[in-house]
Amino acid sequence: MNKRVLIADDEPNIVISLEFLMKREGHVVSIARDGPSALEAIRTTRPDLVLLDVMMPGMSGFEVCQAVRADEALAGVRILMLSAKGRDTDIAKGSAMGADAYMTKPFSTRELAEKVRELLSAA
Amino acid sequence: MLSTPLVLAASFAYLLTLFGVAHWADRRAQAGRSVIGNAWVYTLSMGVYCTAWTYFGSIGRAASSGLWFLPIYLGPTLAMLLAGSLLRKMIRIARSYRITSIADFIASRYGKSRTLAALVTVIALVGILPYVALQLKAIASGLTVLTGTQGGSGPWWSDSTLYIALALAGFTVAFGTRHLDTSERHEGMVAAIAFESVVKLLAFLALGVFVCWGLFDGPGDIFARAAAQPALKGLSGLGAESKFAGGQWFALTLLAMLSVIFLPRQFQVMVVENVDERHVQRATWAFPAYLLLINLFVLPIALGGLLHFGVGGADPETFVLSLPLANAQPALALVAFIGGLSAATGMVIVEAIAVSTMVSNDLVMPLLLRWQRGSERDLSVLPLAVRRTVIVALLLLGYLYFRIAGEAYALVSIGLISFAAVAQFAPVLLGGMYWKGGTRAGALAGLAAGFALWAWTLLLPSIAKSGWMDKEFVADGPFGIALLRPEQLLGLTGLDNLTHALLWSLLVNAALYVAVSLAREPSTREAAQAQLFVDVFRRAPAAGRATPVFWRGRARLAELQQLAARFLGAEAAQRLFADWARRRGIVSVQYIEPDAQLVEHVETQLAGAIGSGSAHAVVAAVVEEEPLAPGDILRMADEASQVRALNRQLEDLDRQKDDFMSSVTHELRTPLTSIRAFAELMRDDPDMQAEQRQQFLGLVVGEAERLSRLVNQVLDMAKIESGHAEWRNDEIDLRELIAHAVQTTAEVFRERGAVVCVQQPDAVPTLHADRDRLLQVLLNLLSNAAKFVPAGSGRVEVRLTADARGARVEVCDNGPGVTLDQQQLVFEKFRQGGDAANRPQGTGLGLPISRQIVEHFGGRMWLRSEPGQGACFGFELPWTRQQEETSA
Repeated sequence: MNKRVLIADDEPNIVISLEFLMKREGHVVSIARDGPSALEAIRTTRPDLVLLDVMMPGMSGFEVCQAVRADEALAGVRILMLSAKGRDTDIAKGSAMGADAYMTKPFSTRELAEKVRELLSAA
Repeated sequence: MLSTPLVLAASFAYLLTLFGVAHWADRRAQAGRSVIGNAWVYTLSMGVYCTAWTYFGSIGRAASSGLWFLPIYLGPTLAMLLAGSLLRKMIRIARSYRITSIADFIASRYGKSRTLAALVTVIALVGILPYVALQLKAIASGLTVLTGTQGGSGPWWSDSTLYIALALAGFTVAFGTRHLDTSERHEGMVAAIAFESVVKLLAFLALGVFVCWGLFDGPGDIFARAAAQPALKGLSGLGAESKFAGGQWFALTLLAMLSVIFLPRQFQVMVVENVDERHVQRATWAFPAYLLLINLFVLPIALGGLLHFGVGGADPETFVLSLPLANAQPALALVAFIGGLSAATGMVIVEAIAVSTMVSNDLVMPLLLRWQRGSERDLSVLPLAVRRTVIVALLLLGYLYFRIAGEAYALVSIGLISFAAVAQFAPVLLGGMYWKGGTRAGALAGLAAGFALWAWTLLLPSIAKSGWMDKEFVADGPFGIALLRPEQLLGLTGLDNLTHALLWSLLVNAALYVAVSLAREPSTREAAQAQLFVDVFRRAPAAGRATPVFWRGRARLAELQQLAARFLGAEAAQRLFADWARRRGIVSVQYIEPDAQLVEHVETQLAGAIGSGSAHAVVAAVVEEEPLAPGDILRMADEASQVRALNRQLEDLDRQKDDFMSSVTHELRTPLTSIRAFAELMRDDPDMQAEQRQQFLGLVVGEAERLSRLVNQVLDMAKIESGHAEWRNDEIDLRELIAHAVQTTAEVFRERGAVVCVQQPDAVPTLHADRDRLLQVLLNLLSNAAKFVPAGSGRVEVRLTADARGARVEVCDNGPGVTLDQQQLVFEKFRQGGDAANRPQGTGLGLPISRQIVEHFGGRMWLRSEPGQGACFGFELPWTRQQEETSA
C-alpha cells in the first residue's frame, strides 16, 4: 500500500507541511523545488502521484503537466495541481493540461489528504 | 463561314463556363478559401480595361494610323508605375468609409453631397452607355463576319445580340447583386473577370502567332513587306504623314492614364473589389506587362491584314476574324471570336455592376426615400431590387443604343469620347485626396463645367457628324458665332478635336474647382470629410483604434435600431447592434449609449447598402445634430488622437494594476497556506512530538511575520505610488544614519557569521530628506546583503562618498551576485533574487520601495554585479538646491 508521492513546490515551508502530511498518510515522499527538476524526477522515479505547484521557477506547473501528459510512458502518473491563483481560468487551464485534480492554496489538509486518497485508489 | 447555331452554341457555352467559374469562386469564398485573395487574380481582374475596343478596335486604329493605338496602353502603364501610392490611398479611403463607387467617393469627400453624387452618376452614365453599346456592336459584327448573316439587323426578337445582352444581364444580377452591402466583394464576379482576361489574352496571342508565322515569315517579314508598299509605309511611324504630333500623343496618353483609374469599372475592380492593399504592388508591374503582351501583335496583325486583303479589302476592325476565316482556319476564327466575346462581356458585367450601384444609390434611392418619407416600411429589399432593375435596364438601353446608332461611329471614337467623360472626375477626385481646401461648390462647378464643355466640344460634334443633327453649328458655330465653334472654341485651332476638347474641359474644370473652392471656407462637414480623406493613413479606423467623429448631438437608440432594420433588414440590424455591444463590452444591446461614435457607425453601415449620401440623409433625419464651428473639426481630430493615446495609457495602467493585484494575491496566499497547513496538522495530531510541534510553531510565527511585513509593504507601496505618502523633511547626517542602520542589523550579520565594515569620509554635509524613509532604504540593502552572503565567511562593505553634486552610498556583498537577466528585474515588484531552494523570506517589495523613496528625493538607485563577484547596490542623493546655495 506504500505509494510514492513527489512534492514539487518552491516554497520551503509548504514543502515541509506537505511532506509531513504525506508521510503521515503512509506514503514515500520525494521532493523537487523547481519545474525542470520536478519533470526530471517524474521521468526517472515515475511516482504514483505528483503534488504540483503552478508557480515554480524554471518551468511552470502547467508546462510540467503538459510535458508529462505528452509522454505515454508516464500515463500512470496522477497529477494534483496546487496554486495560489484560484481563478476559474486557471482551473480550466489545469484540466486542459491534463491535471487529474486542482486545489487552490491555502488548502485544507483534510481535503487534500482525502483528494490524494481518492486519486491513488482510482489508480 | 461558320454556321450560326455553332457560333451561338459556342458563345453560350462560353457564358456557361463563366457562370461555372463565378459559382465555383463564390462557393470557395463561402468555404473560407477565397480565390481572389491573390495579387495575380487582382492584376488579371484589372485586365477588364481591355475591352472589345482593344480587341477589335486597336487593330482598326493601327490599320488606319499606325502606332496611334499605343497611347491607350502607354497611359495605363505610366499610371500604374507612377500612381501606386495614389491607388493605395484610394483603397484605404474606400475601405475605411465603406465607399462603393466613384460617385460615392467624390460625394463623400465633399460633405456627403447627394447633388454631387447624382452629377457624377449622370456623367458616368452618359459617358458609359455608348461604351456598353459598343461592346454589343463588337459582338454583333463579330457574329456577322463569322456567320455571314447580318447581326443587329432584322427584327429584334431574332437578334442573337439581344440574347447575349440578356444573358449578361442575368450573369451580372446573379453574381453582382448578391449582398446588400456593396462594399462587400463580389468574389465570383472577380474570378470570372480574371478568367476572361486570361481567355482574351490567349486568344489574341494565338491569333498573333498564326498571322506572324502561319501567314508570313515572322514579324520582320510583315514589316519588310509593308515598307515595300507606299500605302502602308507610313503605318509603322508615329502618326499621319510620319509627322509626330506630340500634343496629340500627350493628350491621348493623359486621357488613358486618367481613365485607367477613373473609369467606373476600373474603380470597381481596383478599389472596391481589392482584398489586400499589398496586391497593388504586384499589379504596378504585372498589369503593364499584361498590356504589353496583349498589344504585342496589334501592328503585325493590322499590317498582315492590309497586306493580305489589300487596303480597303476588308474591315480592319474584324481582321482577327476575317484573317483565319480567309485562310481556312474556322476553329481559330471561333477562338478569336470567343476572345472578343470575353473582352466585351467582361467590360459589360463590371461596368453594369458599378453603374447600377451608382444609379441605385445616388439617383433612385434618394427619390424613393423622398416619397417614402415618414413611412416605417422595411426597405431592406429595395436597394437590391433597384440595382437588379438598373442592370437589366442598362443592358437593354445599351442594346437599344446599338440598334439605333450602331453604325454611326467607328469603335475607337466612341471609346475615346467615354474616356474623356470620366477624365472629368480627375480634378475633384485628385484634389479631394490631397487638398483639404476643396469644397462641394467647387467640385460641382468644376464637374458641371467640364461635363458641359465635353458635351459641346466632343459629344455634340460626333452626333452631328453621324448625321443626326445639322452639321452647321460645328462648321460655323451656333447662330453663326465663330468663337463658339465646338471644335475651335474661342478660336483655338491647330489641335485635333480630342486634344482640343480635353484641353478645354479639363482646364476649365480644374480652374473652376480651385477658384470656387478658394472663394469660400469649407463648411464644417466638408472640412471633416477633408480631414478623413486627406489624412486617411493617420485618421482611418484601424483595429482597436478610436475613429475620429466629427459630430455632436443627440440620438435615440430605438430610432437608430429602427433605421438600421429598415434598410439592412431586421437580422442584420440586430447583428450590427449586438456586435457593437460586444466590442464595447456592454452587457446587453439596450444599454448601448447612442453616442456620436454609434451614430457614425450606423451611418457607415448604411452607406454600404444605400450610399453615403443617402445614409447621411436618413441618419440626419433621426438625430439632432448640433452645429459645429470650423475650428471644432481640427480640435476634434486632435482630440481623437489624444483619446487614442490616453486609452493606451489607461489600458497599460489597467494591466499593471491587474498584474499587481494578481501578484499580491499570490504573495498573500503563500504564507497563509503554510500557516493553515501547519495549524491543521497540529490540530489533527494531538500526539505530535513536542520537538516537531515546536518547529511547526516557529514556522507559523515566521510566516505570520512575513505576512504582516508584506501587508505593510503593500500599503507602503500603494501610498507612495498614489502620492499619499507623508514625507518629512529632516536634516540628516548620513554617517550617523549608516551607523544606526549597521547597528540595527548587527545581530542578523552575527548570526550569519558575516562582518560589516564601513568606509566613509570624516564629515559630510547634511542632507534634507525623510530620515525614517532613508533608514528604511539602508536597512533593506543591508538585510538583502545579509541574506545573500555565504554563511560563515560573509563580508559586507558600506561605502559613503560625497562630492559637489550629492552623496553616494553603496552596499557591497561577497555573495553569489546577480545574473545579467535578473539584474533587469530586481527593482520590479515581486521579483526576488536568489535561487528557488534557499530563497530568502522576502516580500519582493523591498527594493522597489527603496527605489521609489530614493527617486522621490531626486536620486537614483542601481545595481552593479558580476555573477560570482558579489553584488553592489547603491544610491545617490543630490544635496537639495537650498544646500547648494549655502555651500556655494
